[in-house]
Amino acid sequence: MKDFFADRKRRADLLVIGALLLLALVLYLVIGATRTEGGVAVVRVDGVETERHALSADGTYPLNGGSNILVIGDGQAWLSDANCPDLLCVRQGKIHYTGQSIICLPNRLTVTVEGGESDGVDFVVG
Amino acid sequence: MKTKKITVLAMCVALAMILSYVESLIPSPGIPGVKLGLANIVVIFALYKLGWKEAAGISLLRVFLVSLLFGHAASLMYSASGAVLSLAGMILLKRTDRLGCVAVSVIGGVLHNAGQILMAWLLMGPNVVYYLPVLVLSGTVAGVAIGAVSALIVKRVDLKI
Repeated sequence: MKDFFADRKRRADLLVIGALLLLALVLYLVIGATRTEGGVAVVRVDGVETERHALSADGTYPLNGGSNILVIGDGQAWLSDANCPDLLCVRQGKIHYTGQSIICLPNRLTVTVEGGESDGVDFVVG
Repeated sequence: MKTKKITVLAMCVALAMILSYVESLIPSPGIPGVKLGLANIVVIFALYKLGWKEAAGISLLRVFLVSLLFGHAASLMYSASGAVLSLAGMILLKRTDRLGCVAVSVIGGVLHNAGQILMAWLLMGPNVVYYLPVLVLSGTVAGVAIGAVSALIVKRVDLKI
């Protein structure tokens, strides 16, 4: 009897695992299907936009007083360096789809690709 | 009796902290929030052997102490929101007594990640939602591993307080 209950629980466990894997797949497909090529990289610190750069123009930009270095090239954006020890933001790689983002938790900084062709020059960053 | 309980609880907190430290030595795959959750072994052990209050105490104390010792300013907020959501889910799920250790651990792992996404949403805006699929996946996979280990330990360790 005890074994029977143990087995029933094991089957229920597998069901939960299967359901969650399915959920991950569905979320991935839904997000993937709604994905489009983005036009601008928007930088936010503490959720407040500080600057934006068109993905069409290559360049290197120090962000947040130099805490992170943003590079734009080949229509993609990535962080090439940061002042934190783990460099997780650098390892998050290159982004170019609308809604993709790079997150730097220690500096509370995000770089997000947003849609729409950038209307030429968005901001002139001196 | 009481002294023994205090000692066991303190040992659990210490063990959870050490496991957090050991986990910090494992290289991260580069996606924030993707991790094994070794410390959850202790929390699940406590949940099954000591009770839900003890498990919650151990988990929250661990989060606080680890953030204080090894974390940065933001890590406490992320870990705490993850831990609270994860604890709530695991405690409720265990109470239903319909599922085993592995499912409890898996739900704990996924909810931990969900809690972190929620906090990131509050701090950085809705775009962090794009991390949800990979964090649900990683929470599930890590949860299976942690749950399997926890189930073994819960079964093998004979603890009487």
